[in-house]
Amino acid sequence: MTPVTRLTRDPIDPVALLRSVTGSRHGAVVLFLGIVRDVNDGRGVSGIEYSAYEAMAARELAAIAEEAEQRFRAAEVAIAHRLGELGLEDVSVGIAVAHAHRGAAYDASRWSIEELKKRVPIWKREHYLDGSREWVDPSGRPAAPAATGGAR
Amino acid sequence: MEPMSITVLLFASYADALGASSLRVDLPADATVADVLARLRARPGAERLPPSPLVAVNQRYATAASVVRAGDEVAVIPPVAGG
Repeated sequence: MTPVTRLTRDPIDPVALLRSVTGSRHGAVVLFLGIVRDVNDGRGVSGIEYSAYEAMAARELAAIAEEAEQRFRAAEVAIAHRLGELGLEDVSVGIAVAHAHRGAAYDASRWSIEELKKRVPIWKREHYLDGSREWVDPSGRPAAPAATGGAR
Repeated sequence: MEPMSITVLLFASYADALGASSLRVDLPADATVADVLARLRARPGAERLPPSPLVAVNQRYATAASVVRAGDEVAVIPPVAGG
């Protein structure tokens, strides 16, 4: 199956994502959702702004889904990542994986989100309750601080 | 061979650091990614870039030694933070 992957500025519909992978040959479906959380590194978060190098991000998402389908034999994978301004509890990313068996479905789901976090050129700027905003750098290196940003 | 002008795309914290989301840089015909980065380092704000940032050429991750050709799309990629 050709994997379904997309970047979207509209809210992610988890049910639609599930429907895009389910079928009678699959005995297991795993849904992973990434949610905008209210605290990061002890700072109160009010929202997150996601941006991307869209052409390359779309290509990498498709490559991850295809690789997952090959690596976890006959898995069926759908990935949607949100862009733009998100509020607390919004879904930032959704990954649905279907497989004949649960073990491979869980494994392919975990592998896909870890790969996404490693290689898809998407960035997030957190907005904090104190009005400041900062680019998030999961590599631990300090990102270029925004003019109003404080210490992490 | 003719010297060439390459468009370099910048994103997120790197676009903020250099004050632009794309820049043109002039390079000799046999230039590499390392040469592109050296040109960027001459720009104001470039001191906020890390020593070896990730670079993509034509939407694929490249190395410092990757050759850049006229018309290539070169992008400097800040630490990714999707998910």
